[in-house]
Amino acid sequence: MNNFKEKGMKIVFLIAACTSVLAVALICVFLFANGVPAIGKIGIFQFLLGEKWKPSNNIYGVLPFILGSVYVTAGAVVIGVPIALFTSVFMARYCPKVLYKPLSSAINLLAGIPSVVYGLFGLVLIVPTIQKITGRDGSTMLAASLLLGIMILPTVIGVTEAALRSVPESYYEGALALGATHERSVFFTVVPAAKSGIVAGIVLGIGRAIGETMAVIMVAGNQARMPRGLFKGLRTLTSNIVLEMGYAADLHREALIATGVVLFVFILIINLAVSLLSRRTQNGN
Amino acid sequence: MEIKNKQTFGQKLKAYTKRPGSGFLAVLVMLSTIITFVVMAFLVVFIMVKGLPYITPDLFSLTYNSENVSLMPALVNTLSMTGISLLIAVPTGVFAAIFLVEYAKRGSKLVGLIRITAETLSGIPSIVYGLFGLLFFATTLKWGYSMLSGSFTLMIMILPLIMRTTEEALKSVPDSYREASFGLGAGKLRTVFRIVLPSAIPGILAGIILATGRIVGETAALIYTAGTVAQIPKNLMGSGRTLAVHMYVLSSEGLHMNQAYATAVVLLLIVLGINWLSGFIAKRIVKG
Repeated sequence: MNNFKEKGMKIVFLIAACTSVLAVALICVFLFANGVPAIGKIGIFQFLLGEKWKPSNNIYGVLPFILGSVYVTAGAVVIGVPIALFTSVFMARYCPKVLYKPLSSAINLLAGIPSVVYGLFGLVLIVPTIQKITGRDGSTMLAASLLLGIMILPTVIGVTEAALRSVPESYYEGALALGATHERSVFFTVVPAAKSGIVAGIVLGIGRAIGETMAVIMVAGNQARMPRGLFKGLRTLTSNIVLEMGYAADLHREALIATGVVLFVFILIINLAVSLLSRRTQNGN
Repeated sequence: MEIKNKQTFGQKLKAYTKRPGSGFLAVLVMLSTIITFVVMAFLVVFIMVKGLPYITPDLFSLTYNSENVSLMPALVNTLSMTGISLLIAVPTGVFAAIFLVEYAKRGSKLVGLIRITAETLSGIPSIVYGLFGLLFFATTLKWGYSMLSGSFTLMIMILPLIMRTTEEALKSVPDSYREASFGLGAGKLRTVFRIVLPSAIPGILAGIILATGRIVGETAALIYTAGTVAQIPKNLMGSGRTLAVHMYVLSSEGLHMNQAYATAVVLLLIVLGINWLSGFIAKRIVKG
């Protein structure tokens, strides 16, 4: 009886553990089964490289949204990553002990704020400010990049700080002993030693920026055309799905799911990069 | 690490003027840190200032109409959605972690697969979960836009988080506990449930709280699974919006911006509470 219970529960645990495998399999199957036929119908090149998205005329090209996602993410990286890197250096190497606790809980708070709240902040503050400065509609690529730049801060800071802290103290002390200043020791010995961890943090940040939906919808303008510059509106892959899924039917709906497939493939590539990088970090130590 | 030979500010300044490169880097570090925390403080204060004046008793009446723009139904939906998702995800995630830590052989292929898929799940953006929920739960299983579709979608989303935190908590239980239990003649199952799991509870709780935070803030995964009806549904098959969705709809309609601010304040307060709670539990883990 007891033996039966032991074996039975082991199987229960095993089944629970396989849930994640099942979930990934289901997600892949359902997304691809619903999205790939549409790509076939539209034509893979027309779909991926088409510059026009006009559901009313049955023209489905997602290049504008792919570029939109890439541009906005690139903007977020340019704005957010340097600030995040220097802040994490501060957290790991400069921060006075008294300040550390409140500041790190502030970063945790920043990570926990829902994206719609960020979106609201962008909508009522960033967008009108850009409008005032340029004199045109403020829902632009710049607004989206700025907001995403803020949103990826906690992700990048968290991972980078952990990477910096995992560098042996002797590296820093060795550099100091050779007469280097505090800054020189930190930036030329500790930071290079934490390189792969830092890159993993940046890639995670990129993943968060590409996948972000609600905040981007609220500030990016969402025009379904090729991105035309920093001060013009654009639409990303994620926003395209949310904006049109509510009323789409037939091929239009399938094309939206196919948009999700493109996004999913992007994310899979990024995930792969992160896991390769973190594996390298582990081997390195 | 006690600093013995502390420099005065004047000495530091002198050293930096001698080495402008280092001084420049120090300025960049300080500037970036200030930007980070000023932006964050500004964001929180801005939302609070805009929203607090509009938190009125009207906002908390039990039913929603376009006059009171009540957030109460959304709040109730958020609570029930969190409850249902956790009810499914916590046992699954905890059991999965027990399997990975206590039962699985090291380096087995299955364990590798489970880890890779869990990692993949934690990287998938919420809109992809939303799409999947729409295709699978709402369409294929014919649950429609319902609380149930939403909860199951969220369940998959928070599963990797619960698995990871539980795994870490289980791993941190010293092996001597297990050995002592085996030594006293307890079986594996008894050891897991009576000895290992109770010692890992603070860590598991921390994971649950983190998961709650994700559920409360989720929007993109819910719009096309749980729908956007602004009332408390009669049963689980009814559609209902959570607080975050409520805020998004209000702000995109643009008719009730003040109430949107107020909802944002409530969301922020919940997040603050969750953070405080997880900090509190983390402190207990360190003590224990």
